[in-house]
Amino acid sequence: MERMALTRSALRLFSGRFTQACQVRGYADAPSMSLTFAAPSQVLYNNISVKQIDVPSFSGSFGILPAHVPTLAVLKPGVVTVFENDGSTKKFFVSSGTVTINEDSTVQLLAEEAVPVDTLDISAAKELLAQSQSQLASASSEVAKAEAEISIEVSEALVKACE
Amino acid sequence: SQQVRGTATLKMISIRLKSVKNIQKITQSMKMVSAAKYTKAERELKLARPYGIGAQEFYKKAEVKDEEGEKGQLIIAVSSDRGLCGAVHSSIGRIVKTDIAANPNTKVVIVGDKVRNILQRLYAKNIAMVVTEVGRKPAVFGDAALVAQSIINSGIEFSKGKILFNAFRTVVSFRTTEMPLYSQNAVANASKLPVYDSLDSDVIQSYTEFSLASLLFYSMKENATSEQSSRMTAMDNASKNAGEMIDKLTMTFNRTRQAVITRELIEIISGAAALETKN
Repeated sequence: MERMALTRSALRLFSGRFTQACQVRGYADAPSMSLTFAAPSQVLYNNISVKQIDVPSFSGSFGILPAHVPTLAVLKPGVVTVFENDGSTKKFFVSSGTVTINEDSTVQLLAEEAVPVDTLDISAAKELLAQSQSQLASASSEVAKAEAEISIEVSEALVKACE
Repeated sequence: SQQVRGTATLKMISIRLKSVKNIQKITQSMKMVSAAKYTKAERELKLARPYGIGAQEFYKKAEVKDEEGEKGQLIIAVSSDRGLCGAVHSSIGRIVKTDIAANPNTKVVIVGDKVRNILQRLYAKNIAMVVTEVGRKPAVFGDAALVAQSIINSGIEFSKGKILFNAFRTVVSFRTTEMPLYSQNAVANASKLPVYDSLDSDVIQSYTEFSLASLLFYSMKENATSEQSSRMTAMDNASKNAGEMIDKLTMTFNRTRQAVITRELIEIISGAAALETKN
């Protein structure tokens, strides 16, 4: 997928902080968070209540807890970790997409492609990285260069996810 | 001469019968093929629904409204290239026509040849872009991304937008629905946008672009399922009608055949009787 924003705004605030928009309340009685995590051809979570979600985004990786401040973010290739209510953790590799956190603590994580991390093959990922690096070296036009750079970014993240 | 006419009519009826039987075979096989494609499309739609519904959530929760402005309306009419599927294309074409009549400053992006044929005669200058080779294979996200990218690259500006498609309800029914499309300005001016933290125009731009591809993908999936189920029904009806015609024609054929035989017998008998009386 074409990188949609070729410039990352240097003035963008790092949204890893939790600002309470309303009166202070303890996290013990925070409302639950409903996650819809889907890709065009599969559903991973459909309005399921979860404890925490860690997402890799262009404005920094951040964790989402119930009562997180509403925001929008664009996903970077990387690993999404979902902490479910029963304590189990699931990791998925996502290629790109968007995450929306709404006022009512519903989260829509729309990924273009999402696969469980344990289905990744590290040797194939390293091969893809080598391939994309050679593509960048032989790229002629701006578009080809950008595509090769995206490919490198994804394969680097893939390799990192496998380790 | 009456005899000749009888056999000539018999020949005509038998030719007609053969052709209707062939048509029935074709419509029956089209129905089988559509049934298989429909099953696959419905399965994929079920998996795509949470994605499609999730993609619309932000616009509802942030209470995004159409931009106040005079940049006109953008309609993306999602359909396909292939016909013989009932009212799928014509219902979309009809709504686009009434929309353009109500709001002449409308640009239409057409996905699928059939709707282009409907609109080309009177509204050719409203057509901004046509996407073809749609419907042969099931849609993937890459297809929707391609269409979205072309729309973005063409620089179409709009204050109000919608995606028009046929939402799948059941095997026998679909509903022509519209999904609202909002421009970046509309999102930036949304009443609840200040609630959302640390947004800048880059994020909004990326978000709306990805969202366009997602919504298009979802509408293509819904439309594909509606189209296959509609074609299945249409071909089933066609086979039934062909079957009725075959029954009627067979009846006529047998009656004509018997009439010819009776006439021949009468002629033979009256000829023999005439010879006898002569003797």
